Formats: sequence, C-alpha cells, structure tokens
Amino acid sequence: MSYLKHRPGKSVASVFRRFTPGKSRLARLRSASVVLGFALLLAGCRFVVLDPSGPIAAKEKQLILISTALMLLVVLPVIILTLIFAFWYRASNTRANAMPTWAHSNAIEVVVWTVPLLIVITLGWLAWTTTHALDPYRPLEGNGTPTLEIDVVALDWKWLFVYPGENIATVNEVAFPVDTPVRFQITSDTVMNSFFIPGLAGQIYAMAGMRTELSLIANKPGTFGGLSANYSGAGFSGMRFKALAMSPGDFDAWTRKVAASGRPLDTAAFDDLAKDKSNSPVVYYAPGNPGLLQGLINKYRHAPPPAHAGH
Amino acid sequence: MNLIFGKLTLEQIPYNEPIIMGAVGGAALLVLAVVAVITWYGRWHWLWSEYLTSVDHKKIGIMYILLGLVMLLRGFADAIMMRIQQAMALSPNPGYLPPHHYDQIFSAHGVIMIFFVAMPLVVGLMNIAVPLQIGARDVAFPFLNSLSFWLTFSGAILVNASLIFGEFAKTGWAAYPPLSELSFSPDVGVDYYIWSLQISGIGTLLTGVNFLTTILRMRAPGMKMMRMPIFTWTAFCTNVLIVAAFPILTVTLALLGLDRYAGMHFFTNDGGGEQMMYVNLFWAWGHPEVYILVLPAFGVFSEVVATFSGKPLFGYKSMVWATIAITFFSFVVWLHHFFTMGAGANVNAFFGIATMIIAVPTGVKMFNWLFTMFRGRVRFSVPMLWTIGFMITFTIGGMTGVLLAMPGADFVLHNSLFLVAHFHNTIIGGVVFGMFAGLNYWFPKATGIRLSEPLGRASFWCWLVGFYVAFMPLYVLGFMGMTRRLNHYDNPDWQPWLVLAGFGVAIIALGILFSILQIAWSIWKRDELRDLSGDPWDGRTLEWATSSPPPIYNFAETPRVTEIDAWANMKADGGGMFVRSTPYYDIHLPKNTAAGLLIGLFSIGLGFGLVWHIWWMVGLSALAMLAALLHRLFQDEIAFIIPAAEVKDMEMQRLEGAGRS
Repeated sequence: MSYLKHRPGKSVASVFRRFTPGKSRLARLRSASVVLGFALLLAGCRFVVLDPSGPIAAKEKQLILISTALMLLVVLPVIILTLIFAFWYRASNTRANAMPTWAHSNAIEVVVWTVPLLIVITLGWLAWTTTHALDPYRPLEGNGTPTLEIDVVALDWKWLFVYPGENIATVNEVAFPVDTPVRFQITSDTVMNSFFIPGLAGQIYAMAGMRTELSLIANKPGTFGGLSANYSGAGFSGMRFKALAMSPGDFDAWTRKVAASGRPLDTAAFDDLAKDKSNSPVVYYAPGNPGLLQGLINKYRHAPPPAHAGH
Repeated sequence: MNLIFGKLTLEQIPYNEPIIMGAVGGAALLVLAVVAVITWYGRWHWLWSEYLTSVDHKKIGIMYILLGLVMLLRGFADAIMMRIQQAMALSPNPGYLPPHHYDQIFSAHGVIMIFFVAMPLVVGLMNIAVPLQIGARDVAFPFLNSLSFWLTFSGAILVNASLIFGEFAKTGWAAYPPLSELSFSPDVGVDYYIWSLQISGIGTLLTGVNFLTTILRMRAPGMKMMRMPIFTWTAFCTNVLIVAAFPILTVTLALLGLDRYAGMHFFTNDGGGEQMMYVNLFWAWGHPEVYILVLPAFGVFSEVVATFSGKPLFGYKSMVWATIAITFFSFVVWLHHFFTMGAGANVNAFFGIATMIIAVPTGVKMFNWLFTMFRGRVRFSVPMLWTIGFMITFTIGGMTGVLLAMPGADFVLHNSLFLVAHFHNTIIGGVVFGMFAGLNYWFPKATGIRLSEPLGRASFWCWLVGFYVAFMPLYVLGFMGMTRRLNHYDNPDWQPWLVLAGFGVAIIALGILFSILQIAWSIWKRDELRDLSGDPWDGRTLEWATSSPPPIYNFAETPRVTEIDAWANMKADGGGMFVRSTPYYDIHLPKNTAAGLLIGLFSIGLGFGLVWHIWWMVGLSALAMLAALLHRLFQDEIAFIIPAAEVKDMEMQRLEGAGRS
C-alpha cells in the first residue's frame, strides 16, 4: 500500500479548511472568494495545454484555437438564433408573424446543408495536414543536433527511462537538452498506459509487446510534469514523473551524475522494480541495460532474441 | 464448501465499509418499504397481472422508465461520491475513498449510466410511443418484449449485487485489457461486468429485433416510411444500430470471458493476445451505442419542437436523411476513441474526418429545429424548455466533439477531463435532456396524468444550471492538464475548479429531487391533473389520437394515414378518430405470461453463479430458464379476444370522458 499515503480521519471539512488559513474574518472572506472562482480567471498561466514549451505542443495549441474559431462561425449563430426565435415566436407575442403550415424552404435547406459542409471541408483539410505534421512518429529536426534516443517502459506504477546511448537509466525522472530532437520508444511491462508530457507534446499509449514512438523538442529549459493519461489500476494517480529540459552542459552534468550514482540495471534490479507495485521516488541506474526495451517486447511476442533476428 | 459456494466466502462481504453497508442498508429499507406499501394496500395481484406479467408495450415501457430512474439514483450517488473525493484529494489529503473503492465507483458510474439508465429510458420511451405512433396494436413480439425487459432488469440487479457480494470492476467502464484480464484483475469485479452486460445485452438485442420488425411490418395502412413520425424514424435507425452493433459487444465480452474463465489469450499481454483488438471491437460497438442513445432523443426533440411551435417539423425529408446519414457514419468513426494508440497519420486523419462529417447532418438537424420554431407560436411547456436547453447545450458539446475529432488536438486532450466534459455535455445535454423532455411529453399519454408544470420547470432549471456549473470546470481542467480517473492529485490550481464542479453536482441533485417530487406530486394530485382529452398538447402524431392512457388495444379501429403528421391532419379535417361510422370488431390480443419474468429472474441466478463459479447454480438456473422457455413455446392459448360489444362499451366510455374535458 505504499502508493497510497492514506490518512484516515480526514474529513470533508479539511477541503474547505485549505481556503481558510487566516484567522480574521476578512482573510476568511478573501479565501472564500478564491473558492468562488474570482482567482480562477487569473490562472491563465496554469493552462499547461495552452502554454506550450515546444514546437509540437505549440502547433497543437494553435490547432485547437483555429478549429474552435472555425466552429464558432456556425455554433454562435445557432445559439443566438435559438434564443431569438424562441423568444420572438413565443405564443403570447401577437406581433410575430406566425405561419402554422410553413415547413419547407429550398433556400434554407441549401444553406443549412452547405454551411456546415463548407466548415467541415475546411476542418477536414486542416485535420489531414495537421495529423501528418503532428504525427508523433514523425522524426523532428532541431538545429542540426543529433536526435537523443530514450526508451520508456511503463511499469506498475512508475516510468522507467533507459538511455541506450548514454548507458544509464532512471525512474520517474527524464532529462534532455533543449532544442534537441528527442525520440522516445515506448513499451509497457504491465497494462496499457499513456505517456504524456502536456507542456511539450501529445500523448501515446504504452502497450506490452508493442513499441510506440513519440518525438518532441523542448524550446526552453524547465521542469515539466509527465504522467500516465490512461487509467492503469490502483496506483495510477501517482504514476507521475518529472521531465527536465536543460542546457546541453547541464544535461552532460546530469548524465554524469546518474552514471556516477546509479546501480546497475541488471535482471534482478529490473525484476525488483517491476514487481514492486507502487509509485516510486526517482532512482538512477548505471549501466542502464540498453537492450531492455527490445527484450521486454520479445518477452511478450515470443520472438527470438534480437541477435538472431537481424534480417 | 467450494462446491456449494464457489469462490464466495464471508470475507467477500464488506461489513467494515460503512459507505457500502449504508448504501446496501438504505436500498434494503427502500425495498422493504415498497413491499410493505404494496402489501398494505393489497396490490400484489394488481402488480402481478397489470405489470410484472404484462406483455403490453405501454406497461413494459413504464417499467423500463422506472428501472432507468431508480438506477439514475444509484449512478448519481456514484457521481456525488466521485466529485467529493476529487474536491478533497489534493495531496497530502488522500480524500475519503481509497483507490480500491474509488476505482469501482467510476467504473460502476459509467456502466450504470449507459446500460441501466440511458438504455432503459430510451427503450422505455420507444415502447410507450412507437406502437402508438404507427397505429399498431402492440409490438411485433409482445412476449419477447417482456423478456427483453426482464433480462435488462436482471443485469441491473447483478450490478447492484456487486455492492454487497464481492466488488465491481476496477477497470473503468470500457474494461480495457490487459487490466481486465485475470492476471491484473483476479477479483470478481470484471466478471460482474461481463455477465451483467451479457445478460442485459441479449435483452437489448431482442428489443432491436422486435422494434425493427414492428416498424417495418406493423405500420397503419397508408403510413409509408416517409410518412412516419420522426421519433419512429429515429427509433428505427436506433434499432438498426442495436441489431448491427450489440452482437459485437456480445462477442467481445465472450472473448474476454474465455480469457478469464478458460485461460485463453485473445487479449492478454502474452500468448499471442492482442489488446488493441479489444479496444477496436469495444468501440466498434461503443460508438454506434452513443447514437443508439442520442438518436431517439433527437426524435423526441423533433416531436416536441413541432408540437409546441404549432407547426409541422421544418424539412422533414432533410431530417430523415440526416438521421440515416448519422446511422451510417456512426459505424465508420470508432477509431477516434484511440487516435493515441499508434495508428499512422493516414488512418487517424481518415477517422478524424469521418467523425467531422457527422457534424454536417447533426448541424442540419439543429437548423431544422430552429426553423421549426421560426414563424411558429412557441409554447414554453416543460418539454419545450428541455428542448431549448438541449439546442444550446448540445451545440457546445458538438463543438468540443469536433475538436476532439481533430487528431492533432486529441493528442493533448484525450483521456483528459476535457474529454469527460465533452461526453457528459452530449449525453446529459442530449440524451438526458431528451429523456426528460420525452418523459414530460408522454407521461400523460402513458398514465393519463399530466405532470406538474412548476415542479417540472424547477427540475429543468436546476439540471441546466447544474450541468454548466458541474461540467464547464472540467473543460477548463482539461486544458490545465488534468486527466480522468484520478484518485488524488498534487496540483493546487485544480482544486477550486473541482470544488466548483462539486457545487454543480449538488444543483443537479436538486434537479433530480424536483423530478421525483414532480412525479410523486402529480400522482398524488392525479384527479386535478387528469388528461381526459387524450391530446393534452395539441399533438400531431397518432399517439394523441387515442385516450390517455390508451385502452389495452390502443386503437379500436386501425387509423388510416394519408400524410405526415396523421393526427394533425385528422383534426384539421374535422373530428379525426373520434368520429366513427364503422362497426366495432373483435380484438385479438396476447395474454399475460410469467415466462419473461421467470426467465429474467433465473438469469440473475445464472449470472451470479457464473461470477462466483457456483456451478450447480449455473446449471440449475440454465435448466430453469430453458424449462420456462419451453413451457412458453408449447403453450397454445397465448391470446385472448375482446368481443366487439365490449370494445364498443370501452370506446363509448372513453369518448364520453373526452367529451367531458
């Protein structure tokens, strides 16, 4: 039960207590207004999906805004007309021109089929181009820096990151240099999860016996929350990790730190990690078992080991 | 002991969980109270002969709606518990529900709301309205209809049995493997899920067969397909979808069952299993399912908006073709539920665009409702309020739906509270509002009692405001990166929005309370609210041509249809059904039977035995079901005749009543 810091005896009231830290009446009133949502409108910078730090997430944000604007072209008139028609043609309005048998108009029919169709054609074109541009499998080009490869394994209920090139591995912390394309290859050694760093890119499922891919670039240094977006059992809520985007120099230092402080990710260490069904603090491993991802996929696929499958 | 009780032991009963025991105790008290009231008033015989064994579509419809409303209370209780948990559970506060309990609640909430609230309400309204709208005496297979209901009832009982015996699934309502496989969910929760859906799913499939046949074969003379009321059209399309989609669910759950019971590997991680196949199959059923629910709601709105605008529906043909288009496209969009599973860009784009195309016929419908009000004389009775509330709310839900259909946007919004807000926006704003519109619209027809308008308005406003307060924050939280099904979280920015959503749910609770009050009050004041005219709303379709409630045979004389809106035309031509020159005939009707009830009750034993591996119970229940079925099949006397003279008396009586009003 270590995944759950369960504290029985906490009451519903404790929620509200959070907002009433001050003793004075004024302070309490002020906190209450927080609850009532005045501060909510000021929380703009906390909309992580709308506050991207990488080109992919930025395009995804742009796509959301453009599509919404296009749809409002038809949605707003419908809502406004609903209210106007319902109000004006109310039975008690003697000034309204009621025509109790009027039920057909070719002109209106043409408009009501054409307008949604045109908008959907536009959206469809947008969908086609952006789906290809934002395909998570699409390799990204940074400013000439080579792509960093990171393997990701979803476990119950934690994330294991293996750096084949650096020969290190980490749990619940992943780092990469800014302005460098990063390619994640993702699998699961348990149930289905979804690998997601909302501030940097979209999500992709992690599934046992399969490899999915996701590419991203971080444009500015920072710490980003990462998580599993697909419910995966009791410890799902705590299945979170930190994604650290850092300068190349810091990244080198970070890899050296991991290499120096980690213990080897051998079979025994991996089994301990996989079998311990709990959330986990950050752990470092070195050497990092570069063949782990393929080995795990093969384990479920009954494929011959990679050495014999090279054709 | 294993031979007798299977896997069921005393430890499986959660004595030490006060919330569960409280719920079970409350439910038990409620059942006892109902039993006591029935006994006190000596209504057991009445209940047995008028409802439990009835094969009359109107009675079965009422029972479906009652089941849906009771289960709404259960599903809503789950919703309240989830909202309180999420409003509290900012770390380090773990909230009051540990994952073991919380995960069952959100799974049960989804399953109950879809299968045991929305489906019974939809099927219930179809039962009440469709045969009347097409001028039929009953559905094509009355006994099958009774069986369908009791199988649905059985599924609902099984879900609730999981409260006290063992536990429910902790997998989410879609029960994705491998989480739902034995290796990750060794408890009985998923088995309850499988068997309650299998049993009620068979009932739904039979409903589909029944109503397809009814609509195709039993329409009144002159009612061509293009003269059917729109609600009947949407019911027709829904039943096409049921017949095409429910077998997929049955097979998918059977395969999952084989994995769990027979050690097979259809969807497991190892042994050649393919978890993505389950996800595909589930949504190949699951997407049509949302249209199974919402099309009849569209039908209700079409009827209501025409009736209360005092005009024929604008663009009838457009409406029909839009419905047919939605029916077709609902089968080619399922992949939009998992753009993030690694399909290529071409595949994702195809399914994204197919999904957006559905917005075209849906948009056309919206405009048709708009232009039905245009140049009308709109009366704001309760059904019309629900309709206007729907038109505004559903438009927003449609917009967020198209946004989610954009694969690039879905990559950041999938599995988030934005998604949760979207589908509640369409299901509450579409299906629930539609069902309440339909309930208020047809309640006088089904029972002969009009529902109280003030209480109905109170219920509507609470639901409408409550919906926006409860779900708009979830859209916001989606943009703040909050994913669904979280038991606890550590982002303090989320909490105020979750508290706000909790208030919204409290407002909705008031709406439900007012609905219950509305029904109870109207029954209490039935003498004042009696509908003697049979046509309280100045309706346009044939169900309003007979009395409220209709006589057991619906129409003494089969109506003849020459145009759309048959009843409005009869009234315009003067007199309609009430003017009668033809002689009365003997009427041939199906007899009551307990077979459907018995098969349904025995199927509870079958399901329970299967869940707990109590094989003797499985065998005995299956045998008993078979025996009841065979008994029914070999019965010769399954019909009775109401002689012409008696029909005449009944008709005279009701015409007199209508004249008095």
